[in-house]
Amino acid sequence: MRDHQVIKVALVGNPNTGKSSLFNQLTGLNQKVSNYPGVTVEKKTGTAKLSNSISAKIVDLPGTYSINPSSADENIVLQSFLNAESDYPDVAVVVADVENLKRNLYLFSQIKDLEIPTILVINMSDQMERKGISIDIDLLKKELNAEVVLISARKNIGIETLKKAIVAYKTISTSVIADIADRIDADFFNKVKCTFKNISLYKAWLLITQYQNFSTLDTQLKEQIESFREDTSRLKKMQNRETILRYQYINTILKKTYRVNTNEATDLRFKLDRILTHKIFGYIIFAGILMLIFQSIFDWTSVPMDFIDVKFSQLSEAVKHHFSEGVFTDLLADGIIPGIGGIVIFIPQIAILFFLISILEETGYMSRVVFIMDKVMRRFGMSGKSVIPLISGTACAIPAIMAARNISGWKERLITILVTPFTTCSARLPVYAIIIALVIPDKRIIGIFSLQGLTLMVLYLIGFVAAIASGYLLHKVLKVNEKSFFVIEMPNYKLPSLKNVLFTVLEKTKAFVFGAGKIILALSIVLWFLASNGPASYKNATKIVTKENTSQQLSEDELHQKIASYKLEHSYIGIAGKTIEPAIKPLGYDWKIGIALITSFAAREVFVSTLATIYSVEDDNTATIKERMAAEINHETGEKRFNFPVGMSLLIFYAFAMQCMGTLAIVKRETNTWKWPLLQLFGMTALAYVLALLTFTVLS
Amino acid sequence: MSTTIADLTVGEKGIIEEIPYDSVPLKLLEMGCLPGKEVELIQLAPLNDPLYIKVNGSHLAIRRETARLIIMTKSENLCETIKS
Repeated sequence: MRDHQVIKVALVGNPNTGKSSLFNQLTGLNQKVSNYPGVTVEKKTGTAKLSNSISAKIVDLPGTYSINPSSADENIVLQSFLNAESDYPDVAVVVADVENLKRNLYLFSQIKDLEIPTILVINMSDQMERKGISIDIDLLKKELNAEVVLISARKNIGIETLKKAIVAYKTISTSVIADIADRIDADFFNKVKCTFKNISLYKAWLLITQYQNFSTLDTQLKEQIESFREDTSRLKKMQNRETILRYQYINTILKKTYRVNTNEATDLRFKLDRILTHKIFGYIIFAGILMLIFQSIFDWTSVPMDFIDVKFSQLSEAVKHHFSEGVFTDLLADGIIPGIGGIVIFIPQIAILFFLISILEETGYMSRVVFIMDKVMRRFGMSGKSVIPLISGTACAIPAIMAARNISGWKERLITILVTPFTTCSARLPVYAIIIALVIPDKRIIGIFSLQGLTLMVLYLIGFVAAIASGYLLHKVLKVNEKSFFVIEMPNYKLPSLKNVLFTVLEKTKAFVFGAGKIILALSIVLWFLASNGPASYKNATKIVTKENTSQQLSEDELHQKIASYKLEHSYIGIAGKTIEPAIKPLGYDWKIGIALITSFAAREVFVSTLATIYSVEDDNTATIKERMAAEINHETGEKRFNFPVGMSLLIFYAFAMQCMGTLAIVKRETNTWKWPLLQLFGMTALAYVLALLTFTVLS
Repeated sequence: MSTTIADLTVGEKGIIEEIPYDSVPLKLLEMGCLPGKEVELIQLAPLNDPLYIKVNGSHLAIRRETARLIIMTKSENLCETIKS
């Protein structure tokens, strides 16, 4: 066997430099994202073949302007380069955008000073001529004492040259470039040099200045670092001086190597900014785009979603027909297939939402939204950056809460995390959809607006209002001793790259299916087990029911159904539902809905599949879930179980209740304490209970 | 009182003189907002906050509360001081 060499590559760069394009270009579909509960850090990795015997394991680190982190996301970059034990990269590839080379070189200079082989990749080289830019690459290489490669990730130019440069990483000099320690404070750095003999000077400096970001340091190192941290004000001053000196150094290099013809006007940018951030039009355009997003989530997905729903119930039916009766067939037909169906049904919505969101991000429009929304959002304790999590929350709160990582103020980030679950995620949609279809008449108002569609819109609105209002409340109540800080880059407008957009869609959908989907599938199986097993009275159901009904002349079918009903009532899940029935009766629910409430504490969408499982255990006729629910009768009143007051009460309950284990787990992970997820769980559920109670009482 | 970035009107330029190191986060400097650099106010957000500025080749948006801390000289004043 031949030795196969794997080179570990860390991809770093400013946001908006086309780093993702390059990553997609290098790795193609060989990429993996690890996020969601259980995995500690969100990391995008991929493999690229460099030659027949050499491949690269590439880590796409979050975009950052500096190795000094100002958000949780950026902290990952620092950790990757300072944690010597775990997966330390062999070579760093710093991606820069040809237009903002100066600011990009700042990060490059920091990475290079870590004494790791570093390659500077200058992206968007195809735009140089149009923008009047010329660079003396050979001189730049010499000045930076590093490898420099010109590429255009989108047009696939220079990728082979980059691969060759990665293969030859050992030839790249690892000397520091910005030798500025003496000019910052010679005495101080001499002391640092003498104290930390085993680590490079810049690493020691980062350990000292970013001390709070390192939790696992041995005691000796801790003491050494602390001895340099007595005067933090002086440290801050030194950091500022460092920044100024780095830029001075970069300026001298760029003066020799970089020419730009400034008469090339950035006319388009100016014009677009004037409209998109306009005091009135800016908001109108944003509202229009939001409408388009919601319209597409409701409208464009109904066909594929109905199709998936029907296909999965047909599949269950087919399984029951073609396999012999038994536990395994039951598990497959009533547990696993509906469980998987409950996951697959969300794919159209998640895909379309992230398709649109990633287009908005790719074009640079999202930064304008952040810009025009910041002041408004601040009244509610959030930042302009909170708009992205709140919009993403309409697909799924889990990636949305993770997207809050780039909010640098802790209070603003915390409030965003806490209120995001109020936004109507796609998991609520099937619950809403089915109940609306059951209780709201399919009529049109003034011939245009569908009443059902309007109800759905109102529910979305309720979600946003709840998020905003609770944000306001938290803003007034929470005492966080911290100054928030806000600075964003306003990138130039770009045409979105379809490839990048599709990769994002694929990544988010995969993350949902394999992350959240696992929980949903596991629960479906547990649920099926609890619904088809029970104590003694369950096991003797046939005997008991037959005995009770001997006097009545029941047909075999009727008897069969009575037995099934009895079984469900006496199964483990039936017992649980019965136990909570007194508590939910005031809301208009019976023990069967109670079961669905219990199971959907894990994930809302389980509500529908639970009812499907319950009614299919009871009734073997294969109909769609909706037909089964419509046929359900309230035995006390003789009316339909899902009548208007019950339906509305359920809608309101689901609008407010915190029913998602995945979200709770992610909030725990992002806030590092159980305090906040528990606050969400109890606060939101109590609110949901009270409002559902109110709704039911008023309507009935 | 000294002039700050918050005093610029749209289209006006100035030269940054001083950025207090204890109240302005390092990140702003790291993104290119440095003493001695020219700063131009490109656009104001609808409620006059945040400010969209161009400095040292970077296009940035900062909040008014931060802009108020960054001391600068308006470019026209600079010319006047040079003349006189």
